[in-house]
Amino acid sequence: MKAAVVERVAFNLLKQAVIYLPNDVKEALRKAYMEETSEAGKTQLGVILENVELAEKHQVPVCQDTGIIIFYVKAGANLRGLSVIEAALVKATRRATREIPLRPNAVDPLNNKNSGDNTGRFMPYVNWDIVAGDSLELTVMPKGAGSENVSAVSMLLPGEGFKALKKFAVDAVIKAGAQPCPPTILGVAFGGGADVAMKLAKKALLRPLNEPNSNSELARLEKELLEAVNMTGIGPMGLSGKITALRVHVDYAFRHTASFPAAVAFNCWAARKASARIYSDGTVEYLTHKAEG
Amino acid sequence: MATYHLKTPISEEEIRKLKVEDVIYITGTLVTARDQAHKRALEYSSHGKPLPITLQGLAVFHCGPLVKKEGGKWVVLAAGPTTSTRMDIYEAEFIETFKVRVVIGKGGMGERTAGAMAKYGAIYGAFTGGAAVLAAKAIKAVRGVEWLDLGAPEAMWIFEVEDFGPLTVAIDSYGRNLFMEIAQKAEENRSRIYEKLSL
Repeated sequence: MKAAVVERVAFNLLKQAVIYLPNDVKEALRKAYMEETSEAGKTQLGVILENVELAEKHQVPVCQDTGIIIFYVKAGANLRGLSVIEAALVKATRRATREIPLRPNAVDPLNNKNSGDNTGRFMPYVNWDIVAGDSLELTVMPKGAGSENVSAVSMLLPGEGFKALKKFAVDAVIKAGAQPCPPTILGVAFGGGADVAMKLAKKALLRPLNEPNSNSELARLEKELLEAVNMTGIGPMGLSGKITALRVHVDYAFRHTASFPAAVAFNCWAARKASARIYSDGTVEYLTHKAEG
Repeated sequence: MATYHLKTPISEEEIRKLKVEDVIYITGTLVTARDQAHKRALEYSSHGKPLPITLQGLAVFHCGPLVKKEGGKWVVLAAGPTTSTRMDIYEAEFIETFKVRVVIGKGGMGERTAGAMAKYGAIYGAFTGGAAVLAAKAIKAVRGVEWLDLGAPEAMWIFEVEDFGPLTVAIDSYGRNLFMEIAQKAEENRSRIYEKLSL
């Protein structure tokens, strides 16, 4: 795998992600606009759709909070040159910050200094999966702070299981209120450990909104939770309405017999993501957006 | 529900006309301030040091804009609101000290801020979170930037705006707080939801 290719593709993905909302998200927002009955909520969705169009027309980021940069890398085990990838992602992030541009958001917590280029210790953050094959799948999720700040983790009682999980998810949405820029996408995950649950919850935000959960039991739980959180009345931007969330995505891991970790991750309506696959011969296939560069 | 077009500096009398759910558009000067700029402004005031700009009658905007420099001039690309809750710890004192008339943000603010708005004559205008390109379109010029040492998002940006909005009046100067009312309703809905989920 050549560093220059990874860097170019990562840059293109960052550009696609921050400017163009993926089609599944746009479709869900348009449908929400049609279905929302609260006048205030509908107005908010109207402004949101207008803003999405303007961002595309002027080719500028859809939201000023271009987030912290999170990469998900699925690397084929037979791929050579994996060691150059992280450095290439850092370079792509720097170039994207300068050229698109992105807002510099990465701050050193020890002295409050902004690095100015969205890089720093563990930043951008790279999640690795080693899979079979010899291609590289790269996904970027620029994640804004408004939705991240209401994330929730809880170690529930195994004896209370799913009842506690449902209550925890509903409570998290009520507590979050207007802050995560609803209508949101919710990632709900359970099992593993505290870290595993949150990792799965966050990753679940990436699933296409038009793709049902392959596990029918989880699909039912998603539907039940979506209906539940949309009864809160919080609505678009917290100004009232029946569309507080666009989707609930659920994932899980086996748990310790004495633990029931649960996590809720939120994504704002500007649910940005972009993916591409780089093959071992260097050809690139863009998966979420139209091909570029 | 009525629509108003306001020009800065805004008088107390104009503010007192506004009620929750009215929609306003602002023309004039907007000054951005997030956590760090609020903190520094209040520190300046407690040391008797003047701010780089007089805020009386102006609108303060909870926003860390996305900007770029073109030919030595700042251009605003995207400038939506940030979550206002973080500024709740400063805002009552900020309104009292600097006499700003409009606070713009998203997500709403708490009781202390609403109390100061009622006492000193100010309102909270909610702008659609994430509608950053729409906001940038209404910003006609960057008059200046102060405190860039705080980092671009936390600096104090001084914008000249034209018909900046729509802003939904979510806290008026009579103590009504739309976000709190909706949060209370959500609270009331909680038991209904639990029942539906057989909890």
